[in-house]
Amino acid sequence: DLCPSVKNILLLDSEGKRVAVKYYTDDWPTNSAKLAFEKSVFTKTQKTNARTEALLAMHDMEYLLVQIAWLAEITLFENNIIIYKFVQDLHLFVTGSEDENELILSTVLQGFFDAVALLLRNNVDKREALENLDLILLCLDEIVDGGMILETDASVIAGKVATNILDAGAPLSEQTISQALATAREHLTRSLLK
Amino acid sequence: MAQPLVKKDDDRDDEAEYSPFLGIEKGAVLQEARIFNDPQLDPRRCSQVITRLLYLLNQGESFTKIEATEVFFAVTKLFQSKDIGLRRMVYLMIKELSPSADEVIIVTSSLMRDMNSKTDMYRANAIRVLCRITDGALLTQIERYLKQAIVDKNPVVASAALVSGIHLLQTNPEIVKRWSNEVQEAVQSRAALVQFHALALLHQIRQNDRLAVSKLVTSLTRGTVRSPLAQCLLIRYASQVIKESSNMQTGDRPFYDYLEGCLRHKAEMVIFEAARAITELSGVTSRELTPAITVLQLFLSSSKPVLRFAAVRTLNKVAMTHPMAVTNCNIDMESLISDQNRSIATLAITTLLKTGNESSIDRLMKQITNFMSDIADEFKIVVVEAIRSLCLKFPLKYRSLMNFLSNILREEGGFEYKKAIVDSIVILIRDIPDAKESGLMHLCEFIEDCEFTYLSTQILHFLGIEGPKTSDPSKYIRYIYNRVILENATVRASAVSTLAKFGAMVDALKPRIFVLLRRCLFDSDDEDFALDDCYLSLHSGVRDRATLYLNTLGGDGTVVETDKDVKDFLFGSLDVPLVNLETSLKNYEPSEEPFDFSSVPREVKSQPIAEKKAPGKKPTGLGAPPPGPTAAIDAYEKLLSSIPEFSSFGKLFKSSAPVELTEAETEYAVNVVKHIFDKHVVFQYNCTNTIPEQMLENVIVIVDTSEAEEFSEVASKPLRSLPYDTPGQTFVAFEKPEGVPAVGKFSNMLRFIVKEVDPSTGEAEDDGVEDEYQLEDLEVVAADYMLKVGVSNFKNAWDSMDPDIERVDEYGLGPRESLAEAVSAVISLLGMQPCEGTESIPSNSRSHTCLLSGVYIGNVKVLVRLSFGIDAQREVAMKLAVTSDDEAVSDAIHEIVASG
Repeated sequence: DLCPSVKNILLLDSEGKRVAVKYYTDDWPTNSAKLAFEKSVFTKTQKTNARTEALLAMHDMEYLLVQIAWLAEITLFENNIIIYKFVQDLHLFVTGSEDENELILSTVLQGFFDAVALLLRNNVDKREALENLDLILLCLDEIVDGGMILETDASVIAGKVATNILDAGAPLSEQTISQALATAREHLTRSLLK
Repeated sequence: MAQPLVKKDDDRDDEAEYSPFLGIEKGAVLQEARIFNDPQLDPRRCSQVITRLLYLLNQGESFTKIEATEVFFAVTKLFQSKDIGLRRMVYLMIKELSPSADEVIIVTSSLMRDMNSKTDMYRANAIRVLCRITDGALLTQIERYLKQAIVDKNPVVASAALVSGIHLLQTNPEIVKRWSNEVQEAVQSRAALVQFHALALLHQIRQNDRLAVSKLVTSLTRGTVRSPLAQCLLIRYASQVIKESSNMQTGDRPFYDYLEGCLRHKAEMVIFEAARAITELSGVTSRELTPAITVLQLFLSSSKPVLRFAAVRTLNKVAMTHPMAVTNCNIDMESLISDQNRSIATLAITTLLKTGNESSIDRLMKQITNFMSDIADEFKIVVVEAIRSLCLKFPLKYRSLMNFLSNILREEGGFEYKKAIVDSIVILIRDIPDAKESGLMHLCEFIEDCEFTYLSTQILHFLGIEGPKTSDPSKYIRYIYNRVILENATVRASAVSTLAKFGAMVDALKPRIFVLLRRCLFDSDDEDFALDDCYLSLHSGVRDRATLYLNTLGGDGTVVETDKDVKDFLFGSLDVPLVNLETSLKNYEPSEEPFDFSSVPREVKSQPIAEKKAPGKKPTGLGAPPPGPTAAIDAYEKLLSSIPEFSSFGKLFKSSAPVELTEAETEYAVNVVKHIFDKHVVFQYNCTNTIPEQMLENVIVIVDTSEAEEFSEVASKPLRSLPYDTPGQTFVAFEKPEGVPAVGKFSNMLRFIVKEVDPSTGEAEDDGVEDEYQLEDLEVVAADYMLKVGVSNFKNAWDSMDPDIERVDEYGLGPRESLAEAVSAVISLLGMQPCEGTESIPSNSRSHTCLLSGVYIGNVKVLVRLSFGIDAQREVAMKLAVTSDDEAVSDAIHEIVASG
C-alpha cells in the first residue's frame, strides 16, 4: 500500500518507562515484544539525550523555550525509521517503516508534541502528562487512526481534544489555541536571536 | 481529572516520584468501575475511573474475558450522561475493549444515535468507534449514514468516515466499493485532510483498475491539491503509473514534469517526496536526476536533522547506481561526517565511500578513523562493508584499506563487527592476489588475541587452505602452533587440522609438522580440564586428530596413503548440506543396514522469508551458505508417499517452490508445487476457498497438455471437500520419458461442485452445481530438473572435473536493465546454487564472474562459471563454461541458455 502510515507513537519517561503508547501494527504482537522494542529504542537514543541535557544546562534560563525549539532527531532501527524528541523528563517517539517519507513522520511527531504542549499549557513533563493522561490519550486518538494519519495540525488536534474540557470552565477555543501557539513561537524566535 | 489550568507548584520537585497512578491495582479499579451503574452519574469521577482503566491497559495489563465483559456493560450505561468529556472517554474505552459481536449489538443503537447527532464531535467519533467494532452485517445497516458522512460539510466528520472506509475496505471491500461516488466528491473537498483521506480511499478502491488510476492521476496532477499529504500521495501514485507504463513508453516520460514541478512546492515533505520519486524512476537519466539532486543537496545543510537524514539517505541510494550524479554533493557530504547525529554521519561516510575516487581514499580513511571510535557496532559494520566494496573497486588502494581494516580489527568490538571485518579481509585476499600475504598476516596477528572461538577456528581453516600456497608458508606455522599451546580445546583441534594441511601441501615443512603433531599427542594435561567433562571430550579430540593426521600423512611410519587420498581427506568437502545430514542421521534407526550416505537430500533449502527480508546481507566471507529448513521437503516426501497412486514413483528428486495460479484476493486461491521424479511429475495444487457462503466438493484440476507433448497424465487425486478458509490439496500425476528433462506448458482448469452454505449454521445444502474456474498456465522448465547444491570450494571442485567434458560458448543477452539483473536472470533460468557469494555484484561493476553449482536429474554434478560484461548501451555479453560428470548434461545446460 502506498499510503503513508505510522507504526506507533510512544511517550516514555526519562527511565524509558511507559507514560502512554499506541501501536497501530502487528509488528510487535505481544506486550513483551512492545516492551522490548521500547527498551531498545530508549537505550539507542540515550546518547543524543546526554547532548540535549548539556545544551539545556547552558541555556538554563530559557530551557523551556529551547525545548520547544529542540528539533526532532532521527535514526534507523530494525528497519524502522524513528523520529524522536526529548522534553524535560519525557521522551516522544514516532515509528514508521523504512520506506516512509521521514518528513511525514516528523510532521506527526511535531503535531503530537505541539498539541500536548498546548493542552498542558507548556508544562510538558511527566507529572503533568500523567495528571492529564486523559488528554494525552485523546490526543493520540485524534492524530492517528489505525496507522492512518488523521490530523497533524497541533491547534486542530488540541481543539478537538479541548472540547472535552469546555464545560470544565476553561474555554480553549481554536482562536486562543492558535494565539497560544503564536506566542510560544514568537518567544522562541526571539530567544534564538539573542 | 481534566484541570490543565493548575499552576506548576514550586515544591513539586521534592516529590519527584509522585504519580497519580502510584500503587494502582487492577482489582481496585474494577471495583471503582461499579460507579458507572449509579443512577446519579458523576461525570468527572467516571472519567477519572475510565482514565485509570485505560492507564492499566496501556501499561500492558490485560483483563480476563469476564472482567472485560463486566467493564464493557458498565461503560455502556454511561451513554445516559450528556457530558461531552465523559462521552469521549467512553468512545476511547469501547475501542480499547474491542467487544465481541454480541456485545457490539448492545452499543449499536447508542452509537447510531450519536452518529446522527447535531454535534459534529459526536458524529465523527461515533463513526470511528462503530466502524472499528462492526462486522459486515451491521455495516449494511449503517452504510447509508456513512455515505452521507463522507460528504458531510464538517471536515472532521468526513475524515472520520473516509478513514473508517479505508480500514473497512480490508474486511468488506464489496460494500466500501459502492461508495465511490461520494468518495470522488470528497476528493474535491476544500478541506485539506478530507482531500487526503478521500484520495487514499479512492485509489485503494480503484487500485486494480490501471486505466482508472491513470485517469485519476492525470486529472489531479492538473488540478489543485491542497494538502501536502495528499500531494505526497499523488506523487506516489504518479510514480506507480510511470512504472507500469514504462514498458510501452517511447519518448518523454509521463508525469516527469509534474514531479519536477513538485520540487518547487512550499512544503518540504512534498519536495522531498518528489525528489525521492525522481531518483527511484527506473532507468533515470542524469538529466532527469539533476533537479532532484539539487534540492537534496540543499537539504544536506538544513538545520533540521530529519531533513539532513532524509536527504543523505536518498543520495546514498542514488550513489549505488549513479555515483557520478552525487559527486557534486561531496563537499556538503564531508561536512556531515562530524554531524552530531551518528546515523547521518554514517550515511554520509558510506555515500562518500561509494562516490569517492582513487585520489580521495587516503584523506577519507583519515577522517573515518576518528569517527569510528564513537559510533555503535551496527554502524561500524555498514562502514566496513562499504570499505570492502571500495577496495574491490580500486584494488590498487588495497594497502591503505587493508591497513584500516587491520587497525579496527585490533580495537574493541562485538562478534558481528569483528566477523564483518574478518569476512572483508578474507574476500580481499581472495579477489586481490597482491593483498594475500599481508591479509593473512593480519589474520594471524588477530587470532593471537581473539576472544571469539568461532572466528579463530574459521580463520585457522582458511589459513590451512591459503597459507600453503604462499611464497613462504613457514612463517605462519608459529602462529598456528601457538594456538595449539594457548587456546581452548576447540581452537586447538582446528589448529592441529591446519598444521596437517601445511604438512600435506608443503613437503619441505613435513618434518617440522611431524614434530609438532607428535607434541600434540602429549596434549594430556588433564588437570586443566578435569572439572569439565565437556572440555575433556573435546580435549581428547585434539589428541585423536593429531594421531589421525600423523597416520594419514605417514608420520608414524604407517602405510602412507596415496597423495590424492590424503588431499581429498584433508581438503575434500562434504557435498551435502549439514542440516540435511543431521535430519537424516536423526531419522536413522540403528540396524543391520548401514547408514546410506547417498540417501541424504542434497538440495540447499531456500531460506525462510524472514531471513530473506533482512537487508544489507552481503556475501559471507567465511563458511558455507546459511543452512535452511528441510522441513518442507520432508513433509512433501511424507505426503506423497502416503498416496498409493504415487508410491511407485520412486525417490522424489525435487519439489519446486509454490507457484501462484490465481491473483491475490480472488474467490479461490490456488498455488501449485511441482514434484519431480525420475519418470514422473506430480502437480500438487494447494487450494483455498475464500467464500464463506460456499462449500466445494470433488475438487479436481483438469490439465491440458497440448503444449507439453512429452507428458501424459497417469493419475489424479481429487479433493473430496473444500470448506471455507481451510486449505486442501488435489494432485495430478504425469508420466514422462525417464531421466529426460522434458519441458512444457500446462493449462489448468479448476473443476468442482459448489454448494451453498447457510452462514448462520455453517451447514451446506444437499444439492450442488458443477462449476469451473480458469487458473493460470503452469510451466515445467529446465530449472525444475536442477537441485541447488553448493560446493564449499569451487576452484577445487572445478579442477577435479574431467577437462574434456568442459563446454564453453559465448552468448549475447541484449540490452538489460543492469548487470545485476542479467546475472540474476541467468541464475534463475538455470536454477543452480550460487557459490562463494558471487551472486551479488559490487555496484557499478562493468563485468562480473558468477560461480554456480548444482545436481542435474540423474544425479549428475554440474558446475558453471559465468563471465558477464556490460557496455555503455547496457548490452550484456556472457561467456558460459560448464563442466559436469556427463558431457550430455554439459551440452544440455548450454541448450537451456541458448533457448532461454
